[in-house]
Amino acid sequence: MNASKQEQRTYLGIPVPRPKVAFFELSSCEGCQLQIVNNEATLLDFLSLVDVRAFREAMTEKFSDYQIAFIEGSVTRADEIERLRKVREQAAVIVAFGSCACFGGVNQLKNRFSDPAWVKQEVYRGHPVETADTARPIEDFVKVDLKIFGCPVKKEEVEKIVTSLVLGKTVVHPKYPVCLECKANNNLCLFDLGEPCLGPITRGGCNAWCPNNRFGCWGCRGPAVDANVAQLQKIMRQHGFSEETILDRLECFGGFAEQAKELRSKIGGKG
Amino acid sequence: MLFRVAEASQLKALFELLAQTNTMLGPVKVADDLGGNPVYSFEEVAEFSRLSLDYTTTRLSAKRFFLPFREDLAVFALQGKDWSKQMDYHMDRPAVLFGLHACDINALNRLDKVLMGSDHPVPYYAAKRKNIFIIGTGCTPRPSCFCRSMGTNTVTHGFDLFVTDIGGGRLFFEIFSSEAYHVIRDLATGEPTPEDHNAYMRVETERNRKITTTVDTTDLTKILDMEFQSPVWKTWGDKCLGCGSCASACPTCYCYGVEETVDPGLREAKKTRTLYSCNIVDFAEVAGGHNFRPERGTRLKYRYYHKHRGFVEAYEESLCVGCGRCGDICLAGITVPEVIASVRGGDPT
Repeated sequence: MNASKQEQRTYLGIPVPRPKVAFFELSSCEGCQLQIVNNEATLLDFLSLVDVRAFREAMTEKFSDYQIAFIEGSVTRADEIERLRKVREQAAVIVAFGSCACFGGVNQLKNRFSDPAWVKQEVYRGHPVETADTARPIEDFVKVDLKIFGCPVKKEEVEKIVTSLVLGKTVVHPKYPVCLECKANNNLCLFDLGEPCLGPITRGGCNAWCPNNRFGCWGCRGPAVDANVAQLQKIMRQHGFSEETILDRLECFGGFAEQAKELRSKIGGKG
Repeated sequence: MLFRVAEASQLKALFELLAQTNTMLGPVKVADDLGGNPVYSFEEVAEFSRLSLDYTTTRLSAKRFFLPFREDLAVFALQGKDWSKQMDYHMDRPAVLFGLHACDINALNRLDKVLMGSDHPVPYYAAKRKNIFIIGTGCTPRPSCFCRSMGTNTVTHGFDLFVTDIGGGRLFFEIFSSEAYHVIRDLATGEPTPEDHNAYMRVETERNRKITTTVDTTDLTKILDMEFQSPVWKTWGDKCLGCGSCASACPTCYCYGVEETVDPGLREAKKTRTLYSCNIVDFAEVAGGHNFRPERGTRLKYRYYHKHRGFVEAYEESLCVGCGRCGDICLAGITVPEVIASVRGGDPT
């Protein structure tokens, strides 16, 4: 992976910097990092833009002279907080990489329980593990400079962001909801087919990945800017979806934590 | 306009004749919705039997064949310090849009005014518009159609051929272009008789009778100016999801954004146009981050102002053709007839 011997990349004749980057994981499936490695068609191009100094999923060597740290996963253990702080000391830029790092992700589903001891007993039985009562996004502990949303992240989007970083272009996140790209792809609206979907309130940029496959959106990228969540909840009720169905969607990835909490307290969900 | 009549079987013959040299596009049933109603979409078709010419309407308009949601305007090849630009707006093969309703042809005529009528016509649009042969067909009105109010239930130009089923296994052809004239020469057609003319008028009268939803456009440009501060805009804005689906479904919404990207290999850059919607939060956001229309109600209002006021003042006709798609696709159930009625003094629902 260390391609430091290669010639200097240029853009219109101007040398471009090759930042030293590292990938780290907290509590996560490491699937976001695999997205990077999966993209074989453009993997070499991607590696020529950055100098990878640590990447557990892809290389054995580890160096700690990185400038940009991509951090996947949520914080669920005390030692993760320590690791996170150390990375923050080294890295000029910290990227929350994927929904777990941005919002807590699927891991934060455990935050719904009011009796963590009972959960631990149910899940781990005779094999107790050291885990906190809640899963938190990394910005609860360190300053985050950039977020890349998605479960998993969309590799084309990551490449676009990294290319922008290298060229000094502004990184712009889509503010529009998933519906825009879904309609551009000429998809049928899943509400017409009786499927719940958070497309109208979830941040786009995924090219409507799930609805393209007739799978309603679960909101992994968190809310679109100015998302009308209350109205969508009303619409879902009108379409006959239960409060539990709505709550399941809203709280799945943690991006709608506030609204999920409100709905949970309203319907008196069991803690 | 030249008129001809033919046996119904000639429609298939017409399709097959054109399919020899064109990409064929037309309405196709793609699904049944939950209520068991067919859902239609304009798609490429290989067989005449795939077409659903008795379709009510499609969820999205035929706009994407003329104005794709995403289109590369230019591709730049980067070599060292140099770069070269390539633009390609040619169509690989001419196409036929088989079975477009009057409202949708009127919509294309509106787009023509904006995209081809200025001193700087948009070549990407013009190339497609000029190379897509349009065959209109009589429609089956549904409750959300209000084209009669917009004067778009009939169409006088902007197509090549218009086919109306006048009953008794007979078709009535309106031939508008010389291309259509040459195509029709290869079909078995005859001069319409006075009885055919009567049959055509009966069919049209019957169709118009079925278009029952109305929008009162009397003095609408002035009323919209007077009601700029009306509280109804906030009421609708509270319902609006700001998702832009209305604009995506609309046959005349043409607003767009342009983005420039560089590939991760730094070998190629692209300038890409993406259709956008004025209902989306950052539509009126400018450099520095100021947003001229941060509230949903304000954004929704401007969509109505463009359609029913600004365009009318510029072109003497509305940019809305009354197809009703925006209301059908809106999950929040926001429809043009209701919004306009509320602005005119009714209660917003």
